[in-house]
Amino acid sequence: MTVMSVPILSFLIYFPLLGAVILLFANRRNAQFIKVFTLVISLIEFAVSIPLFFKFDDAAKTMQFVEKADWFPEWGISYFLGIDGISLLLVLLTTFLTVICVLCSWKAIEDKVKEYYITFLFLETAMIGTLCALDLVLFYVFWELMLIPMYLLIGVWGGPRRIYAAIKFFLFTMAGSVLMLVAILTLYFFYYNSTGVYTFNVLELYKASVPIAKQYWLFGAFALSFAIKVPMFPVHTWLPDAHTEAPTAGSVILAGVLLKMGTYGFIRFAIPLFPAAAIDAIPLMSILAVIGIVYGAIVSMMQPDLKRLIAFSSVSHLGYVMLGIFAFNMQGVQGGIYQMLNHGISTGGLFLIVGMIYERRHTRMISDFGGLSKVMPIFATFFMIITLSSVALPGTNGFVGEFLILMGAFKNNVVYGTLATTGVILGAVYMLWMFQRVMFGVVTKEENRNLKDLGGREILILTCMVFFIILMGVYPKMFFKKMDTSVTEYLAFVKQKSAQARVLEGNTVPAKMAREVANTNMTR
Amino acid sequence: MISASEFGWIMPEIMLAGWGLLLLIIGGLTRGPVASKTCGVLSVIGSVCAMYFTVNLWGGNQEVFNQLYTIDNFGTFFKGLFIAILILVSVVSLRYADREEIGSGEYYALLMFGVLGMMVMTSSHHFVTIFIGLEVMSLSIYVLCGLLRGNLSSVEAALKYFLLGAFATAFLLYGMAMIYGSTGLMDVADLKKFFLTKQPFSATMFVIGLGFLIVGFGFKIASVPFHMWTPDVYQGAPTSITAYMATGVKAAAFGALIRVFFTAFVPFQFGWSEIIWVLAVLTMCIGNITALVQRDIKRMLAYSSIAHAGYILVAFITGDRTLASSMLYYLMAYSFMNIGAFTVVIVLQKKGDNNSDLDSYAGLGARHPFIALCMSIFLLSLAGVPPLAGFMGKFYVFSTAVKAQYYWLAIIGFLNSVVAAYYYLRVMMYMYFRDTIGEPGTADKAPGYGLVMLICIWALLHMGIFPKTFLLIAQKAVGIFS
Repeated sequence: MTVMSVPILSFLIYFPLLGAVILLFANRRNAQFIKVFTLVISLIEFAVSIPLFFKFDDAAKTMQFVEKADWFPEWGISYFLGIDGISLLLVLLTTFLTVICVLCSWKAIEDKVKEYYITFLFLETAMIGTLCALDLVLFYVFWELMLIPMYLLIGVWGGPRRIYAAIKFFLFTMAGSVLMLVAILTLYFFYYNSTGVYTFNVLELYKASVPIAKQYWLFGAFALSFAIKVPMFPVHTWLPDAHTEAPTAGSVILAGVLLKMGTYGFIRFAIPLFPAAAIDAIPLMSILAVIGIVYGAIVSMMQPDLKRLIAFSSVSHLGYVMLGIFAFNMQGVQGGIYQMLNHGISTGGLFLIVGMIYERRHTRMISDFGGLSKVMPIFATFFMIITLSSVALPGTNGFVGEFLILMGAFKNNVVYGTLATTGVILGAVYMLWMFQRVMFGVVTKEENRNLKDLGGREILILTCMVFFIILMGVYPKMFFKKMDTSVTEYLAFVKQKSAQARVLEGNTVPAKMAREVANTNMTR
Repeated sequence: MISASEFGWIMPEIMLAGWGLLLLIIGGLTRGPVASKTCGVLSVIGSVCAMYFTVNLWGGNQEVFNQLYTIDNFGTFFKGLFIAILILVSVVSLRYADREEIGSGEYYALLMFGVLGMMVMTSSHHFVTIFIGLEVMSLSIYVLCGLLRGNLSSVEAALKYFLLGAFATAFLLYGMAMIYGSTGLMDVADLKKFFLTKQPFSATMFVIGLGFLIVGFGFKIASVPFHMWTPDVYQGAPTSITAYMATGVKAAAFGALIRVFFTAFVPFQFGWSEIIWVLAVLTMCIGNITALVQRDIKRMLAYSSIAHAGYILVAFITGDRTLASSMLYYLMAYSFMNIGAFTVVIVLQKKGDNNSDLDSYAGLGARHPFIALCMSIFLLSLAGVPPLAGFMGKFYVFSTAVKAQYYWLAIIGFLNSVVAAYYYLRVMMYMYFRDTIGEPGTADKAPGYGLVMLICIWALLHMGIFPKTFLLIAQKAVGIFS
């Protein structure tokens, strides 16, 4: 048996589920055992996922670690898993953040501990499944499956308005995804009518030449579903509520992984399946992304609640990702993907920080703090580093991502690039202002005078985060190397395919695009 | 000529009829809790035997009794489904009927006669046999609804169902008569041949007849605007009977409807599909939107069952005969999730007290984690969340619509399932997110309930994750139309 034939992705998907099933039978009074057990499961999961990174063949243009089995062949539904350079990094991010989340829930969750960790492991299964699935039905199954544990996490362990937030989250995402399902089915029957084969295999469906008019509808349905998840302006309104009410670990995983499912969905499904429509949608998507960047930043500035502030900053950051993806050039897309990882680390880190301070003070209002840096020096250091990474200081991961995205955006369209750049300034304003109000100055509140500084577990968690912030900031090549081939392939495919669609329809290919297609073909 | 060998083909029906009579006699001779238990156990044994005979019929294809009765895979599929429902309801009743003191011989005998009627209804393409089956089924259920004699709402349910049901049956019969009047035929298979030779056929009387058929069947499947009886009857009837009605009657009516329309009336699909398009959209929307504001779980499930009829109608509209299997699959999934959900309702009831207000579910997750988990699975399946059977069912039904290019219908259907998710999740929200309100009643724990819930969960997971076996069975069943 060669290494490649070990079903490593299936293992990654079902191992947490197995852990959750075992936990079902655990004694609920033995909370310590449940925590340690979950931690061990998530650590094993993380350890198993690391070899993916090193065994991954950078140069290969196809999907790797592929597993394929018939599920329901009469309908063309298969159990088809595989990852490329784009999903590889997200899978790693997921397994990493799960470990962090288990650790950070250690003391924060005291109620219904058993159910909490079961839900969490279940969520991990669904997330990794979504990232690895290459069959549309399989993808949809995992995609919907993610909703239930997240709904429970917010609704059971959340803050005071948790019920409202949980239901809003569920209904928003579900409304988007059912439209996607109609689009999936339409595409499926279209493919059948033109080729006589029933398949939900994405790689096969990429080859379908959908008429442009139809592409608009289908892309619209997919894009709406993913845009809600991202979330893009104006369908972002569920996010601040969900983030604010979710428990710390829920926020971390929501920001770190769940939002990325939206942007990932664009790269894996919406754009390559309907490239011509996607390219025509550049102005719309870019404008919405820019609005998201600026609007998110401005609204953030005015938030009195720390968590809400970070939630709106997510809208802004994800706007960058979308702008990069819709720049359709190497820098933009790579920057977008990189920013997806960055956002997972930095914003995840910020949520951890807020969670830690909340555990001590049971408030998240900025006005309740002030001068904490003198009381909690270690905390202040970590907080500073993570804040700087969020505002994209050179040397941190955020800089690399944002810089590439802006470069890509400028190459594509100077106006979008310029507008987006204002977001960088605004970002620095709201983050640093927040930091100043919370950490500097004199201690104004008596309660804050005797706050305990970070303990060992907390230092460990934040050190892991800071490690990646620095690593990704100073040595990005390590990560870019993994996605170079995939992104090149992806871009070439999208451009060629959309040009082809236009030629088929008798439309003229814009001269600029024709040049680009020729260029990419030559470089290949 | 009727030969003795023809009786071999109707062994399940003979079994149920004979066994029902036997139970009636036993019930007449003895009374009390012991008799109730005995009848219950006997009824389970009898239905398992009937299941055995039904399974043996699979693959058989035979016209018996001068073409008045048909044995084919389509009928056998439905027979199997009805008997499965009968077994599950009987097992639930072992305890429930005993608790409510309705579990005499008649109760189980009527359950069997009801299923007998359903089986007759779906196994014939002759109007008269279909009608007789419908009446046998309906009369049994009218009585069953009113079995809680001391309970006003139960009596109300019975009377309401009887009056409206009789009215609807009259419509159905009138429709059949009109079709007979305009064509001279009572047999759907003959009608099919008739239309093949007489294309295009149009007569006012025939069109009216067709409309009346839709009204008659529409009543039994509880589609809007013939649904007004559903919430009251479902709420008032003994809960085991509600489960039985919500699944069995609906499946039987759909079985007969599909057989009649897909055999004979496909040439007129453009005519009736437009009517049913409107019915389906109304059924989905009104069912779901009204369910949103219900605070009583039984009533909510009643409205949700209306909405589910709408989903099935979506596939019906397309008239796609090879994909009619989607409706069969959906009915199967629907039966298991509803019986499961009603079983949970039964478990949480007390004698003489419906106890199905939403508030009594608050904090259930903490009090009875297992029951809450089961209920969550049933609700999520009803909401159509993968990987449960409800998702696969919806996926299949709506893919039929997309294939036939009814895009708007599919979109309306899917959006409706989002609306539906809200009220299903609300129950989950009460169970897990809220603290117990007031003095909670104890759960009525009995092994029978647990068994039924586990069977339903197993079926939902199996049908959802490995749908292949079930889909192939459903596809074989609709093979008769191609």
